[in-house]
Amino acid sequence: MRDKHIGQYFNPDTLPFHFCPGCGHGVILNHLNSALEELQFDPRNVVIVSDIGCSGLADKYFTTNALHGLHGRSVTYATGLKLANPELNVIVLMGDGGCGIGGNHLISAARRNIGVTVLVFNNLNFGMTGGQFSVTTPEGAVTSTTINGNLEHPMDICDTVSVNGASFVARSTTFNESLTKLMVEAIINQGFSLIDIWELCTAYYVPNNKFSKQKLEDTLSSLNFPLGVLRRRERSEFSLAIRHQASDQKSQVQFKVKPLGSVYKSTVSEKLSFIIAGDAGMRIGTAASAFSRGAILSGLWATQRNDVPVTVRAGYSISEVVLSPEEVLFTGISSPDFMIVLFPAGLEKVKPKISALSDKDHVLINIELLPVETRAKIIPLDFRISGMKREYWSFLAIAELLNYQEFYPLSALKAAINMGTPFAERVIQAIEDTEKIVVD
Amino acid sequence: MKDHNQINNPPVREFINGAEAIARAAVDSGCNFFSGYPITPATQILIHMAAELPKGGGIAIQAEDEISAIGYCIGAAMAGARVMTATSGPGISLYSENIGLAIMGEVPLVIIDCQRMGPATGGATTVAQGDIQFIRWGTSGGYPIIALSPTSVADSYSLTCHAFDLAERFRVPVFIVTDKETVTTRVTVNCELISEYDARSKKTIPEVDEFIPYHFDDLADIPLMSPMGGAHIVRFTTSSHDERGYLSKDPSIVGRMNQHLSEKIVKYIEQITLVDEDLQAGADTLFISYGITSQSVKEAVRGARENGHKVSALTIISLWPVPEEQILNAMEGVKRVVVPELNLGQYCLEIERLARDELEVVGVHRVDGELISPKEILQGGTIR
Repeated sequence: MRDKHIGQYFNPDTLPFHFCPGCGHGVILNHLNSALEELQFDPRNVVIVSDIGCSGLADKYFTTNALHGLHGRSVTYATGLKLANPELNVIVLMGDGGCGIGGNHLISAARRNIGVTVLVFNNLNFGMTGGQFSVTTPEGAVTSTTINGNLEHPMDICDTVSVNGASFVARSTTFNESLTKLMVEAIINQGFSLIDIWELCTAYYVPNNKFSKQKLEDTLSSLNFPLGVLRRRERSEFSLAIRHQASDQKSQVQFKVKPLGSVYKSTVSEKLSFIIAGDAGMRIGTAASAFSRGAILSGLWATQRNDVPVTVRAGYSISEVVLSPEEVLFTGISSPDFMIVLFPAGLEKVKPKISALSDKDHVLINIELLPVETRAKIIPLDFRISGMKREYWSFLAIAELLNYQEFYPLSALKAAINMGTPFAERVIQAIEDTEKIVVD
Repeated sequence: MKDHNQINNPPVREFINGAEAIARAAVDSGCNFFSGYPITPATQILIHMAAELPKGGGIAIQAEDEISAIGYCIGAAMAGARVMTATSGPGISLYSENIGLAIMGEVPLVIIDCQRMGPATGGATTVAQGDIQFIRWGTSGGYPIIALSPTSVADSYSLTCHAFDLAERFRVPVFIVTDKETVTTRVTVNCELISEYDARSKKTIPEVDEFIPYHFDDLADIPLMSPMGGAHIVRFTTSSHDERGYLSKDPSIVGRMNQHLSEKIVKYIEQITLVDEDLQAGADTLFISYGITSQSVKEAVRGARENGHKVSALTIISLWPVPEEQILNAMEGVKRVVVPELNLGQYCLEIERLARDELEVVGVHRVDGELISPKEILQGGTIR
C-alpha cells in the first residue's frame, strides 16, 4: 500500500508553475523534486511547510503533505510537527520576507537544532506585494519603498543561524547546478538545516536595479557572503533530545495528590477572614498555607490568596485566608476579623486596613511595630522572648492565635506542617520550644 | 497514637488553585503537547506542564514568544497531538493571527486565557474579566470560537476536560476564559470533583483510497482529521481553500467554506451550551454572571433569600456562542437584570441586545483589581 506513494513528488495536476518568466522559484522547486526523488521518502512522511509570498504558492506542486501558514511563522509549525512526530521529514519553503518577520523563530530553531530543513527563496525583495525592500535587500538598492536607495544593511541569514547553533548551513544561487545535492545533504542532516538560495525577481528587483546573474554574483562577493556549505556541526537533534531527557522520568506519577481528610474538630461556626502581613522571604505564604491546611484537616473550608510586589524576594508579602464551616464562594476580604502583622513592609501595606478595623476585630502584632492607630483589640507579640529566627515568626504567631482563639487544635496545625512544609521538623520544634510570646 | 480531637470517616479534600486543576485536567484528558510563554498569571500552568507532561511521554516546550507558542501547538495538532496552550490577555493579543489560522484550518486547540487587568501590561497580578469580547472577536474575519468560563477551581478541572472534547469534535479553538483569582487562589475542593477524567480516544478517519481533508456534505458537517505522517496525504492552508486544501478564490467554493466555519458551531449550539440556572418563581431581579463573579453572585443570592427576597440567578458557563435561549428564558417575568463583571460592561452588551424594551439592564463594574463583593451585587439590584 505504501509503495504506491513513493517515487512521484510533483503533482502533474497542478503543474506547470505559475511564476513570472525568469523567476528563480521554479528552479528551486525542480531541485527539490530531484532531491526527493533521490531520497525516495514516502510522501506521507514528508511535510512541506510554506510561508507567505510567492514561495508560499509552491506546496501545491508536490504530492506530499502541505501546511501553508502565516507570514514568517512557518518555522514554528514545522517545529510543532517535528516535536510531535520526529519521524516526519519537514521542509520549510520561505522567502527573505519571512526571514525578517520571523527572524526570532529562525534563531530559536537554530539554537534548539530542531530537525527541519529551511530553504530560503531569497530574491532580495517582496515579490508578491509589489517589490518592497526586505531584510536581505542590499544597501543602495531601489525598491518601491526605497525609491532613493536602501539605507539598511542586509541581514546575513547564514551567519545568523550559524552562530546560533544550526548544524547544517549553506548558501547557493539558482544558477548552481549542484543545488539538488546540497538539498539532499540538508534534508538528511538530522538537526536544523538552512540553505540561503539567492535568485532573481524578474518582476521587481531586476527591472528596478538593472539586476542580472552577474550583478547577483558581484553583490555576494562585495558583501563577503561566501557560497557553498558554510557550517557542519555535530549536535543532538532537539525532538530526540527532549525525548531522551524525559525517558528517565517516564512511569513517574504525574501530580502527587495531597488529600486532606478532616480528622480534627473545629470551633468555627461562621465565615472568618484573616490577613497575615509580613516581608518577602519570611515564609508568610508558607505559614498561611499550613494554617489553611490545618483548618481543612479540621473540617473547615479554606481559601488562601497571596499578594507580593513584582519582585518576589523584596518588599511586602501578604496572605489572605478565609475559613468557613461551609464552602467559601467569595474569596475577597473587605475587612478582616483577625490580622497578624509581623514586619515593617507588611505593616506599611496593610496600615489602611488596620485603621479601618472595628472594636470586634483583633490584631496580633510584633511589639516592635507598635504603636498603630486602630479601634481593634491589639495583642502584642514579643518574638525576642522566643529567641527564634525571623523565618519562624509567622508560624509562632499562628500557633499563638490558635492558643488564643482555639479555632482548631494545634495538633492539626502541626499535622498540616508535616504534610509538605519545607523544614517541617524545625518549624514544629520551634513551635513546641516557644513559651508564651503574647505580652499582657 | 490516636488524637482525641480526631473524628471518623472524614470527607477527603484538597487545597489547590485553578492552575493546578487545569494542568491536571489536561493530563487526565490525554493532552500530550503543551507550549506556552511565561506570563503572569498563566505561568504556573506552564510550570506544571513542563514538570508533569514528560512523565507521561508528552512534550511540553517553552516557546520563544507567544506567536511561536500557539504556532507549535498548531503544528503538533496537525501531526495528531492533543494540544493546549495557556496565556493571559497580552499573550492572546499575540496569538490573534494564529487563532484565525486555527479557525481557517479547523485545528482542535485548547487555549487557556488567565485574564489579568488591562489595557496593555496593566496589572500582572490583578484580577479582571476584560477579555470577554476580545476572545470572541480577537481575530480577523469574525468567525466563531467556543469559550467556556469556569466559576471555580472544580469547574476549571471539569471544563478543561470538556474543552478537549469540544475542540476535537468541532475542530475549532476552544477557550477556557478564567482569571488571576481562580488561577492563583488556593481553595478547598472535594477530591471527587478534581479526580481522573476518562479521556476519549481521538477520532481520525480510517484509511480510505482518497482522503479529502475539508470535504463535507451538509454545511455543518465536520470533516474527520487525518494526522500528517499517518495514512493519508493531508493539505492544510491559511488561505481560502477548496475541499482538497488548495487555494481558491471561486466565490461559490469560498462562500460555502466560510459559512461552514460558522454553521458547524451555530447548528450545534444546544450541544455546546452550559448554564447553571437558579431561577425562583416570582423574582423581580435576575443576576446574570460568569467566571469568578458568579461566586459573589451565589453568595449574594443566598443572603438575599435568607432575608426573604425572591431573586433569580443565571450563571453562563459557555460564553460563546451566546446561550440566547437560556438567557431569554431566565429573563421571562423579571423586571431587572443585573450583570456584574470585572470590566466596564462587555457581556452586558449581549444581555442588552436580547432584553425586551421595558426590561432594566444594570451593569455592576469594577476595574480596580478588587473583586465585586456580594454586597455590591445586591446594591446593583437595589436589594438591601
